[in-house]
Amino acid sequence: MPAIETFALAKYYNIGFWRKRRKDALKSLTLTVEEGEVFGYLGPNGAGKTTTLRLLMGLVYPTAGSARILGKALDDPAMKAQIGFLPEQPYFYDHLTPKELLTYYARLSGVPGKDRARKVDAALARVGMSESAGIQMRKFSKGMLQRVGIAQAIVHDPKLIFLDEPMSGLDPVGRREVRDLIQNLHEEGKTIFFSTHILSDAETVCDRVAVLNKGELRGIGVVADLVSEVSGQVEFVWTGAAATAEIAALGGKTHVASETFRTVLAQEATDRAIDAIRGAGGKLISVTPVRATLEDYFLSKLETVERDAQNMQEVTR
Amino acid sequence: MIGRLWAIAYSTFREAVRDRVLYNLIVFALLIVGAALLVGQISIGIERLVLVNLGLTSISLFGIVIAIFIGIGLVSKEIEKRTLYTVLAARPVRRWEFIIGKFLGLVGTLAVNAFFMSIGFFAALLYLTHRFQRADANLLVAIYFILLQFVLITSLALFFSTFSSPLLSAVFAFSLFVIGTFADDMRGFAKLTEGGTKWVMTGISYLVPNFSSLNVISQVAHSVPVPGHLVLLNTLYVLVYAVAVNCAAVLVFEKRNLK
Repeated sequence: MPAIETFALAKYYNIGFWRKRRKDALKSLTLTVEEGEVFGYLGPNGAGKTTTLRLLMGLVYPTAGSARILGKALDDPAMKAQIGFLPEQPYFYDHLTPKELLTYYARLSGVPGKDRARKVDAALARVGMSESAGIQMRKFSKGMLQRVGIAQAIVHDPKLIFLDEPMSGLDPVGRREVRDLIQNLHEEGKTIFFSTHILSDAETVCDRVAVLNKGELRGIGVVADLVSEVSGQVEFVWTGAAATAEIAALGGKTHVASETFRTVLAQEATDRAIDAIRGAGGKLISVTPVRATLEDYFLSKLETVERDAQNMQEVTR
Repeated sequence: MIGRLWAIAYSTFREAVRDRVLYNLIVFALLIVGAALLVGQISIGIERLVLVNLGLTSISLFGIVIAIFIGIGLVSKEIEKRTLYTVLAARPVRRWEFIIGKFLGLVGTLAVNAFFMSIGFFAALLYLTHRFQRADANLLVAIYFILLQFVLITSLALFFSTFSSPLLSAVFAFSLFVIGTFADDMRGFAKLTEGGTKWVMTGISYLVPNFSSLNVISQVAHSVPVPGHLVLLNTLYVLVYAVAVNCAAVLVFEKRNLK
């Protein structure tokens, strides 16, 4: 059974006071997240990530389409007891201490009284907040609130955890700890759906990712597969002669750093480039396939959107 | 369900207490002690009348002000600060449970507040009159009616809070309280008019919350007993009105997109 399924899920708002204009926050999203996956939901600010999460959490209602979580409707209380949610930039009742807050949430989630204190302590320990458990949260920094936010999302031991920008507001050590926590939860068999615009985080921990831009799904798949879509380039490093004209003829540009020359060319041009460099008197130091990152894939998808928009404008003219 | 309602209600109560809402008890204590000391010296023969009027009116007004100022933020503040995301999003809490839990929490806060004020009030009365009279039992009825007023005003403030800003909610709730205080006069006025005006005035006078029937302070101050049927009717009226307003609040809140 898939953990999350959305079927042409869409949300638009009418904005403007006098003249109402339609703004699409999410356009017909269809995706499936399997149980036990760590699924990254990527996109620039305003892409529709938070809207998707709010739709899935039942905080806003879809304009069209539908979704199921753990095979149940979005308003099913039995399903809600099995999910956890960290909102973006969480804010809690600041008159409460983390221990009181988590006890309150554990109670709302139906954790039995006899297990409550143990689970609250365990969740706080897991995010490194045991020592601050008795301090009112009005005295907390953003990073501490983020940790409490993660603790409240896991206090009732949910099967599926939604994290909206979980690394936001954390220092490098905190980000590392959250990445480790996500991996630990994954090893325990939990499904994790997290949105982020920090691509290195997603690349490190995700099994699969989806890229969203301007409310539309632009790509979805296993990280390695997606990255291979945008690789296919080779980096050449050499000394001796610059071979600028020859490299330019192959569609590349030569960069000079002290006595070393460097260029990146398409994989198909490898043999011709080697011949050209050697022919010009250069001495090759390395020929390395370029490893594309998730960022390259992400940027390539955004560029596709921009290009499509430009083409559409030209066709309209 | 009961456990979740109780948890939300208790959380609302705890928030009010930690936000120092009960500090108003200090102001009330100073007021009632000052009144007890002064009234005996400046109003010979009508000490009880003055103290009862002052004490009960204070209990009522302090509570109404707290009900409006906390009630108007019960939902809108949670949406604005996004604290309700973690309550409604991934917990088996239904939206109506959130509204009713909040309502019960604030009414509970006001009841505790009124309880302590009432103790202070009766202590001041005992200090002034040296012993309780049989007619003083009516004071308990007046305090019960004040509690009914709190139920009404809390439900109204909460209702406005589900769709309006705190400022507008305060204006709406306070306006309805003032208009409702003159509900009986409006009904009297409606009887004097004719045609369409009569229909409109009668409709409005029955639609606004009738706070005037819940105010028997002057009556009990003069030791006039409160008839039993009024207690019954007022209780039924407040129950029906509060249930209707809370249902409206739930309906509005159920449909809202919590952006």
